[in-house]
Amino acid sequence: MTLLITVFAAIAATLVWYFNTRRRELKLGALALMFWGASLMWLVDAVFEYAELGAEFFSPAAADMLNDSYLGLCVVALGLTIWLGMLLFSDPKGVIRNALTNRKK
Amino acid sequence: MACFLIPAGEAVITTITQKIIEHKESSAGKTTEEVSEKSVKMPFSAKIKWLNGMLWGGSALLAFEHIWHGEIIPVFPFLTNAANPEDAAAMLHEMGTAGVAMAALVTAVWGAMVGISHIIEKRSEKSDNDAEVEIK
Repeated sequence: MTLLITVFAAIAATLVWYFNTRRRELKLGALALMFWGASLMWLVDAVFEYAELGAEFFSPAAADMLNDSYLGLCVVALGLTIWLGMLLFSDPKGVIRNALTNRKK
Repeated sequence: MACFLIPAGEAVITTITQKIIEHKESSAGKTTEEVSEKSVKMPFSAKIKWLNGMLWGGSALLAFEHIWHGEIIPVFPFLTNAANPEDAAAMLHEMGTAGVAMAALVTAVWGAMVGISHIIEKRSEKSDNDAEVEIK
C-alpha cells in the first residue's frame, strides 16, 4: 500500500508539473522526482518481498494493510512538507523576505 | 533495515559530481541553459540534478519508513540492527542486495531519462535545421 500510495502521489505530482506553467518557480519537478525516487526504491523492496513470500505477498493481513496505508499517507505528507520547506526557503515571490524586512522597518 | 543508506551514499557522490560539473560549465561560459540560435539545450549538470532529486528524495522518505518501523533510533548505534553482530550481518546483506538494487534501478531510470531527453533535443535540433532549409 505504501508503494501504491507513493506511485499515485508521483503520478499526481508529474501531472501538475506537466500542466503548470510555473513549474520551475514552484519546484514541482523536485516534488515529482522525490516521489518517483521513493516509488522506485519501494518497488525494489516489493520485488525482494515477493521473492521471499511468493503469492502471499498479494494477500496481506488487514491490519498490515491499514498500517501500510497509514504509512503511505504519512510519507506523502512528509514529501509535501519537504517540498513546501524548499519552496519557502527559495521564496520565489519574495513574500518571506518582504515580511521580514517590513517587520525590521 | 538500512537499505536506503546505499542510495543516500550515491546521492552524496552525485551531488559532489554535479557541483564540479556545474563549476566547469560556468567557467566554460555555459549558464543554466545553453542557448544557441536554434534551440535551448539543457546542460549535463541540470540532468544530474534529476538523479540527485530522486536519490535524496527517495532516501529521505525511506529513512522515514525505517523510523516508522523502529529500525532507526535517536541513540547510538542509530540502527537497531547494528547492535549485535548477527543482525548487523543481515543488515549488511540487505544493503548489498536491496540497497544496491535500489541505487541501480534509480540510476538506470535516470539513464533512460537522459537518453530520451537527448533524443528529444536531437529531434528539436533537426526540426530547426529543416525549418531553416525550407526558409532558404
